[in-house]
Amino acid sequence: MALLDEKTRSRLRTLFAEIRHPVKLLMFTQAEGGALECSMCSETRTLVEELGSLSENIDVEIRDLVADADLARVYGVDKLPAIAILGGGTPAKDAGIRFYGIPSGYEFSSLIETILMVGREDHGLGTAALEALRQLKTPAHIQVYVTPT
Amino acid sequence: MVLANRLAMASDLVRAETVEATEFPYLVTRYQVYGVPRTVINEVLHIEGAVPEATLLEHLAILDDSLKMRQLTADWENRRKG
Repeated sequence: MALLDEKTRSRLRTLFAEIRHPVKLLMFTQAEGGALECSMCSETRTLVEELGSLSENIDVEIRDLVADADLARVYGVDKLPAIAILGGGTPAKDAGIRFYGIPSGYEFSSLIETILMVGREDHGLGTAALEALRQLKTPAHIQVYVTPT
Repeated sequence: MVLANRLAMASDLVRAETVEATEFPYLVTRYQVYGVPRTVINEVLHIEGAVPEATLLEHLAILDDSLKMRQLTADWENRRKG
């Protein structure tokens, strides 16, 4: 069953036309349809696949957290469902961005905005932020906890 | 929060994760997420509510302050032992 209605799909097609550099959505799921299926995994996969169907510049790769444990480790994925946003190309450039859980409500907009940002290869940061990043020496792991609203 | 994602894209030192709290109750408990958004940086820095850019940048700068980070880590471990 489609999660996105026709109006949303049409709006997204227009937005995704701005993508100049391929974006890859690497999604991790697990044991869909089985007893150990994670909550929201199949819905999230449907959503990711629908996004992929809306632009030839959005690549979708679906992996299993257990069967592809080595790949999950490479991307630091430790919970499900997970979406890693990667730049296109081979190998895909990791933008260091993950979404855990189904991105719905406001987070759906964040996901779309993030895809467009990577697809434009433009982070849109101003000088203050770039200067702060230039001075940063310690790896930063930022987690933002949200709820669907 | 897209700002964190922008920082992650711009710097290889930054990872940004958006976590849907209701799907991960063990993390809600771990990070004492009573309201959203709640931002957690390197486990020990916690910010409640929407985060203006200047605030997030100030918090990133704390990561390079090893003395302060030691203090914050000790506080965090004490809180977790409760």
